[in-house]
Amino acid sequence: MPGTFIDVEVAEDVRDDVELAQVLADACPVDIYANRNGHVEVVEENLDECVLCELCIRGAPPGKLRVLKLYDGTALERA
Amino acid sequence: MRLFEYESRRILGRERIPITQSGHATTTEEARKIAADVGGPVVIKSQVLTGGRMKAGGVRFADSPEECESHAREILGLEINGHVPRGVLVAARAPIAHEYYAGVIYDGVRKLPTFVFSDMGGIDIEEIAEARPEHIGRGHFSTVLPQMDFRAKDAIAQTGVTGRDLTRLTPVLSALARLFVKYDMTLAEINPLAKLEDGSFVAVDAHMDMENEARPRQKALLAELGVGEDETREAREATPFEIEGERIDSVDHRGVAGNVAEFDGNLGLVIGAGGGSLTLFDAVRRQGGQPANYCEIGGNPSVSKAANLTKLVLQKPGVEKIAVMMSIVSNTRVDIVARGVIKACIELGHDPAEKIAVFRIPGAWEEEGFKILARYGVEYCDRSVSMHEAARIAVEKVSSGSNGAKPLPGERAGDELPPAERLSGTGEVVEG
Amino acid sequence: MSVLIDESTTFIVQGITGREAVNLTRECLDYGSTIVGGVTPGRRGREVHGVAVFDSVAELVDATGQVPDGSVVTVPPAFARDAVFEAIEAGVKLVVVVTERIPRYDVAQMVELAAMRGARVIGPNCLGVIRPGVGKMGGIGGPARDAAKAYQPGPVGVMSRSGGMTTEISSTLTATGLGVSTAISIGGDAIIGSTYAELMPLFEADPQTEAIVIYSEPGGRMEAELARWVTENDSQLTIVAFMAGRFMDDMPGMSFGHAGTIVEGRADTAAEKIKRLNDAGITVAEEISEIPDLVSAKLAKAVHA
Repeated sequence: MPGTFIDVEVAEDVRDDVELAQVLADACPVDIYANRNGHVEVVEENLDECVLCELCIRGAPPGKLRVLKLYDGTALERA
Repeated sequence: MRLFEYESRRILGRERIPITQSGHATTTEEARKIAADVGGPVVIKSQVLTGGRMKAGGVRFADSPEECESHAREILGLEINGHVPRGVLVAARAPIAHEYYAGVIYDGVRKLPTFVFSDMGGIDIEEIAEARPEHIGRGHFSTVLPQMDFRAKDAIAQTGVTGRDLTRLTPVLSALARLFVKYDMTLAEINPLAKLEDGSFVAVDAHMDMENEARPRQKALLAELGVGEDETREAREATPFEIEGERIDSVDHRGVAGNVAEFDGNLGLVIGAGGGSLTLFDAVRRQGGQPANYCEIGGNPSVSKAANLTKLVLQKPGVEKIAVMMSIVSNTRVDIVARGVIKACIELGHDPAEKIAVFRIPGAWEEEGFKILARYGVEYCDRSVSMHEAARIAVEKVSSGSNGAKPLPGERAGDELPPAERLSGTGEVVEG
Repeated sequence: MSVLIDESTTFIVQGITGREAVNLTRECLDYGSTIVGGVTPGRRGREVHGVAVFDSVAELVDATGQVPDGSVVTVPPAFARDAVFEAIEAGVKLVVVVTERIPRYDVAQMVELAAMRGARVIGPNCLGVIRPGVGKMGGIGGPARDAAKAYQPGPVGVMSRSGGMTTEISSTLTATGLGVSTAISIGGDAIIGSTYAELMPLFEADPQTEAIVIYSEPGGRMEAELARWVTENDSQLTIVAFMAGRFMDDMPGMSFGHAGTIVEGRADTAAEKIKRLNDAGITVAEEISEIPDLVSAKLAKAVHA
């Protein structure tokens, strides 16, 4: 379930990436990502705390992670 | 933080300042026992953090343990200015020859602690300062150099006291200054400081205020006195709404939602930070609005902290709309606060556009914040709209039928000024 | 002469590795200030935005070969007194104390030592000092881009007991084209290092400053002190004041906003302060938005007189 203001999309093919799961868990200052036994888990109740710092986007491979701003329909992603 | 008389007395005793024999009682049996131990005439005093005890009947005299017990029963059941007494103090009545006043406070202009001494004790120091200023002695003392007794002696001597009285009073005033510093007091006073018929000096009543900021490092003393960490000791006791506000602030370390206080109005305020809140609360009243609460949000709060505080305000009975306003922010983020307040409305089943009368927070991340507000149809403004203009917009939007500002709690309760008021009122005398 | 800071001012940040300190270091550098080092005990050898970190002020002075003009102190309250003493004893002459909730006795000690050593303390519980277009010391105004929005150079000096309101007032002055000479967030505590009256001579000596705006609150005697200073010193500067927290007059014993706002005596109330300021010829604005016009009107009158 998305947040009220923010959602994130993590591509299917990287969700089981053990390394990425840890990178995202470490990078996010508001704990939107958790490392669940090597799987990327999105912590839904923290989505709206996103500060748009883009650290998760920089930590993921290009095109594999998007932060959606539900209030204006735009998305943040690595080109 | 104000201390009860029985606590202040314990501190004097700890620092070896002579005090009349006394005990603190929370039951009539205890009161009786203390009187029996004293074995002579006693005074029974209500333990409340408000002035006017004597006038309200909270101070009585007794000649026997039985009489003490019956007075204690009445005083224990007597509320004074809305304060329920924290037990009674039972103290020996001493054969007094003369009453003096000894106090230590800060002088904010000179930025130093100062002695205040008078040879006319037993009455309000403010009254003495106004009517008989020549009977007040003063003197600052250093916070860097080791404390020197001669400063205390000079303050006492200014009132004309000399001879053996001077040499006996000096160590008392000096010790009071040392405990003032040691325990981070903002006020320490002994009034009266009595000279007994045998020529010795003894404290008959004491008042102390400890600085809130110093509570962490005074933990040991506070534990010894039995002061709980959650005791605020404000002039007015916290309401459930205010206690919930504190809880919301404390469960999330991100940002601050402080000084939540409730009033009777219909306009909920989500405002910040220190100076901004003071300005905005005034602005709402100036526009004829009735604030339902006061608060100070700042320090870059999380979305959830902003949302929880907003929910608290929205759920307060009588609140029709809320105004979300701050002075220009540079640390707190506009978009995060916008998310928080809108989320609170949605989760309580309200339309944010209808519930939020106005959103006026310019500054950091405002472009992003304004996008969110626009998406939900909330009326917002940037820095070109003044704080007072934003308050006017908010007040106009809440339903009419108001007749100006309602009384504030201070007016309602008829609270008396705390002892600090009386004391520092005399600061005027020395400053010109 | 410039007020507190100019183009050549060098300073350090004590507690530089803390979260807020890292931010303000970035902001000050971006704004053009010269930070010559930082101090956090045990963190020697690190860097914060290119600023070298040392274990002590003395070590920093040794390494850089110079005593910095100023220091911004951002350490936790329990360590603030020692940090300020450390700076002053190393020869630093301007110490901006950002830390909140420092016990009053500690503040009195810092201020007394500063007086003994010929140093000046700004704060505590303040956001610092900004000279628009020249430099800033502290978090005042926020990131450089935001600071530029609110602070443009002009003839008005600003002194405020609230950090946030320093920016609100300056922004209002900037928006009407007046602008700011220097803005000082003097701090919200009951005892502060530099009061309005103590800073007035600096503004008097600054050729850029023609008027002063102060933001004040209930509690304390520093408005009365300013009123007296103005009366006794034949001030050349026109002053406009704003008084927040008027509602607190009805609530004795309660403190809102800042630690220093508690009303402890009749002279501490908003009403009494307004009266004293008025008696000294200082106009007290009812709303922030009136301030620019009041300043302009008084400046025009001063020119004609």
